[in-house]
Amino acid sequence: MYVIIVGGGNVGYYLAKTLVAAKHEVLLMEKDRARYRTISEELGEVVMQGDGCEVAQQMQAGFGRADAVVAVTGSDDDNLVVCQMAKMEYNVPRTISRVNDPRNEGLFHSLGIDATVSSTKIIYNLIEQEIGTGEVIPIAALNRGNIEIVEAQIGPKSHLLNQEIRALSLPAEALIISIIRDGHAILPAADTRLTQGDTVIALVNADKEHQLRDIFEEGI
Amino acid sequence: MNVVILGCGRVGSTLARLMYRDGHQVTIIDLQSESFRRLGTRFKGNRIIGNGIDEDVLKRAGIENAQVFIAVTQGDNRNIMAAQIAKHVFGVHTVMARIYDPVRADRYREKGIITICTTTIAAGLMRDLVNTGEWGLVKDYSKEYLELNV
Repeated sequence: MYVIIVGGGNVGYYLAKTLVAAKHEVLLMEKDRARYRTISEELGEVVMQGDGCEVAQQMQAGFGRADAVVAVTGSDDDNLVVCQMAKMEYNVPRTISRVNDPRNEGLFHSLGIDATVSSTKIIYNLIEQEIGTGEVIPIAALNRGNIEIVEAQIGPKSHLLNQEIRALSLPAEALIISIIRDGHAILPAADTRLTQGDTVIALVNADKEHQLRDIFEEGI
Repeated sequence: MNVVILGCGRVGSTLARLMYRDGHQVTIIDLQSESFRRLGTRFKGNRIIGNGIDEDVLKRAGIENAQVFIAVTQGDNRNIMAAQIAKHVFGVHTVMARIYDPVRADRYREKGIITICTTTIAAGLMRDLVNTGEWGLVKDYSKEYLELNV
């Protein structure tokens, strides 16, 4: 894959190193000349000095044959324009933008950016997992957060102990996909009974997560 | 009309004063309060300190009730992003942005934003004046500007 990264700060620098190590073809664009010199000493030819928003420089960088353009500068407005121009001018298949203000994620999606990453939001979610009161812990989001993968522990006082999977009154859009028992993942059948220490992994529609949480929380 | 202007530099402050004098309800946004000095003493419109690509700041500036939004900060991308928020999030009827880069000005014009590229306007006027000896502008706005200070 040919990946163009715009913005040679820490995020761009480590992303470029990681992609190079994974044998991808990478170009890192950095506007600031002093910063460019610093990172090109280590990364060499992979780094190009230039403005990722300027069409002439985008052409020189080879936006036309890029499989993905990733904008990771510290300015959301620059990241937005890099990705929009990549789409408008070169129809780059995948544009990914770092979003510094997490409230901009929705806006960027509606303005045509394929994917956004907000480190603020990720760290916030991790904190939420650690201190959340519920027994149902989100571990991943699919389809931009529409579907969540969650896990729940079956404790010694759980009212679900020894119940069969088919007896659980799950919300309509929830599915138990695996149970981790004694360090092994098992694929449960309808008559699998829950035992103490089980970790239940489920797929659930984000809207129904609280219903699922209620079921696992009861009696604990 | 309710007009929100983003950026109180030379262009933004002049635009705010002209439109205020014409009787519009004008709100101007800038990151720094010192920029508002350019507005002089006669301008009685609203001044909002804040980042124009922040929806909360735009709301404080009354963008929900604005018919016109004009972005004239020093940053092309900031103007482009703010203009798109005004158009797509708040549905402002007339959205304009000053964009120095002629290519970006052209592409975003196709996306429904009225873009004014002062680079090509100034270069074109000067070229025409040299080639034809004629001044291409219909109107000389500099007289109107001088009147503002009287």
